[in-house]
Amino acid sequence: MQDKIHSSYKQLEQKSKYTNMFLRWFLYFVLVVFALYFIFPLYVMVVTSLKTMEEIRQGTLLTWPSGLNFDSWLVAWGGRGYGAGDTFLKPYFWNSIKMVVPAVFFSTFIGAMAGYVLTKWRFKGDKWVFLFLLFGCFIPYQAILLPMARTLGVLGISNSVIGLVLVHTVYGIPFTTLFFRNFYVSIPSELVKAARIDGAGFFKIFFKILLPVSTPIIVVTIIWQFTQIWNDFLFGSTFSFGEAAPIQVALNNMVLSSTSVKEYNVDMASAIIAGIPTLIVYVLAGKYFIRGLTSGAVKG
Amino acid sequence: MKTLKIDQLSKNFGSTEVLRKINLEIDEGNFLVLLGPSGCGKSTLLNIIAGLETINEGNVHIDDYNVSKVEPKDRNIAMVFQSYALYPSMNVRENMIFGLKQAKVSKEKIEEQLQKVSKFLQVDALLERKPSQLSGGQRQRVAIGRALVREPRIFLFDEPLSNLDAKLRVEMRREIKKLHQQLKTTVVYVTHDQTEAMSLGTNIAIMNHGVIQQNDTPENIYNKPSNTFVADFIGSPSMNLIKGNLKESSNKVSFNTHGSNIEIPINGYDFKEKSNLDNKEVFFGIRPEHIFFKKSNEEDFEINLRADLSEYIGHEQIMTFNFENQEVLAKFPSTVKIDLSKNTKLFFDLTQISLFDAITEERI
Repeated sequence: MQDKIHSSYKQLEQKSKYTNMFLRWFLYFVLVVFALYFIFPLYVMVVTSLKTMEEIRQGTLLTWPSGLNFDSWLVAWGGRGYGAGDTFLKPYFWNSIKMVVPAVFFSTFIGAMAGYVLTKWRFKGDKWVFLFLLFGCFIPYQAILLPMARTLGVLGISNSVIGLVLVHTVYGIPFTTLFFRNFYVSIPSELVKAARIDGAGFFKIFFKILLPVSTPIIVVTIIWQFTQIWNDFLFGSTFSFGEAAPIQVALNNMVLSSTSVKEYNVDMASAIIAGIPTLIVYVLAGKYFIRGLTSGAVKG
Repeated sequence: MKTLKIDQLSKNFGSTEVLRKINLEIDEGNFLVLLGPSGCGKSTLLNIIAGLETINEGNVHIDDYNVSKVEPKDRNIAMVFQSYALYPSMNVRENMIFGLKQAKVSKEKIEEQLQKVSKFLQVDALLERKPSQLSGGQRQRVAIGRALVREPRIFLFDEPLSNLDAKLRVEMRREIKKLHQQLKTTVVYVTHDQTEAMSLGTNIAIMNHGVIQQNDTPENIYNKPSNTFVADFIGSPSMNLIKGNLKESSNKVSFNTHGSNIEIPINGYDFKEKSNLDNKEVFFGIRPEHIFFKKSNEEDFEINLRADLSEYIGHEQIMTFNFENQEVLAKFPSTVKIDLSKNTKLFFDLTQISLFDAITEERI
C-alpha cells in the first residue's frame, strides 16, 4: 500500500521535473527574443556610426564595419572646420549642460523644501496647495507654451539658457514636490518634534535632520529631472534658436539641414552623443533609483 | 509652587473636541502617568505640555510661569518618544548633544554632561554608533540620555516602551523607575498599559474622551475607582459589575439583583452620601481577585454560583460563574480544582467592593 503511494509520488515528481525544465527553457527563449528585439536599434546605431559612407551604401544595416572608424563621431562633435553651415554638437552640448545642471538643482531643492513643508509643517489649506501642485503634473506641455513665451519675453530672458532653466525648474516642481512629499510622509514626525524641543528651527531641521536621510529620493528626483530636461525638445525648440539651443534641438537641426547627401554615420553618432549623458546618470545612480522608489519608512 | 499646573485646558482639532477643561497639578518630583485608551487625548495633552501643539483655551504653567505661548525649547522640558526619534544621520554622541549645541552651551560643559549621562545610562561604549546599529533597548536608552543631558525640569515620556518586546519592556520599566528614584525629576508619562501606569506612577490620571476620569494614587485608582469606566479599565480581568438594586431598611443597606433572593449586606461601605439609597439602581463592583474559594475572614459573604468556564493561564486560572444570568469572573490559583456546570461555594470579600450609580455610573 505504502509502496504504491510512494511510486505514484515518484511519477508525479518526474512529471513536474520535465514540465519545469520545459517552462524554464521556454522562458529563456522568450527573454532572448525580446532582448534581441530591444538591442537591435542600438546595434544598428553603433555599427552605422562606425562605418564610412562608402560602406553604408554598399552593405546592409546589419553588416559589420571594416574597422573602428571614429571619423563620423569627430565630425558630429566638432564639425568639419569650414565656416558657414557647419553644424556640430559641441557648443549645444554645453548649452544643455548649462541648462540641465541648474534646472535639476533648483527644481530638486525647491521640491524638497515644498515636500518638507507639506508634511512636517502642516498649515491650513495645505491639502489644497498639494492638490494644485499635483494638477501641474497633468497639464500638457503644449498648453503652457504661449503664456510661457510671453512671460519669458516680459522677463527679457527669451532665447537664452536662463530662460530654459526657469521653464524647466517651474515645470519640474510639481513632480519633485510629489516625490519628496511622498518620501517625507514616511519619515516619523516625531523626529521633527524632537528637534523642535532640542531647539532646532525650520531650516536647521531640514538641513541637519531630513536632508541627510533623503539620499534615495534625491537620486530618484535627479534621475527623473535630468532625463526629462536633457531629452526635452518642445521647450527647447520653442523658447530658443540658434546659439542658445540645447542639444536635442541642435541634433534635429543637424539631421534635417544637411543639404546634399544624408550622412547616416554622422547622424547616428550625433544621436548617440546626445543620449550618452542620461545613460551615464542611470548607470551611476541606477541602484539608488530602484531603492528610492521602493524605500519605506526610515526607522530611527 | 507646582512644577506643572494645567488649568481649564481645552483643545479642538476642527470640530472634534480632543480635550475638555483639563485641570492637572504636579508637585516637584512626582511621577504622573496619563493613562487611557487610544484616542482619549493623552498624547495631545503631552504635546501641549511640550509646546508642540497649540491651545484653544486655558493655560499651562511650569514653575508658576505661564508657558502657554513659550517655544518648546524654552520650556525647560525634555521628551522621549515612542519611536525613539533618534536623528538617523547622526551618531549617538551627536544625537545626545544636539540640543545642548543648539542652546550654545560651552564645549567643556557639553562634554562633561555627555560623559556623565552616557556613563549613567551605560551607553558610553556606543557613542560612535549610528542609531540603526543599536538594538531597541539601546535606542531607548540613548533617547532617554538625549533627554537627560538637558537637565530639564520636567521629563515627558510618550509611550516610550510600546515598541519594545514584552521582556525588554519589563526591564526598561524597572530602569525608568530606578532612574526616577535616583534623579527625582518630575515626570509626565503617557501610556495605555495599566501595568506600566500602576508600577511607575506616584499619581495616575485616567483619561477618556478628553476628560480626566480620576486623578489619584495607584492604590486609590485600584481600590476606589471613581466611576465604572475606571473600574472597568483598571485590572485584568476587569472588575465585575453586577447590576441590581439597593435596599434600605432600618439603617441596614443590602444589594440584590432583579428577581433574585440573594441579598448581599452592605456593611461598613464608605458611602459618599448616605441618603436616598433605597431602591437605587446600582452596579455592585467586585474584583475577580476578591472572590475566594475558601473563607478568609468572618465578614466574607458566602454564595453558591455555577461555574461555567475555566481559563488556565499558568500561575492562575480565571473562572467564569453565573450570577443570576450575569457573568462573574474570579481569579484562583491554578492548583484549585473546580468542577464546571456545578454549583460552587464562593466567598466575596465585602471590604473591597465598590458601588456605582447605574445611571450616572459614578461611585456612590
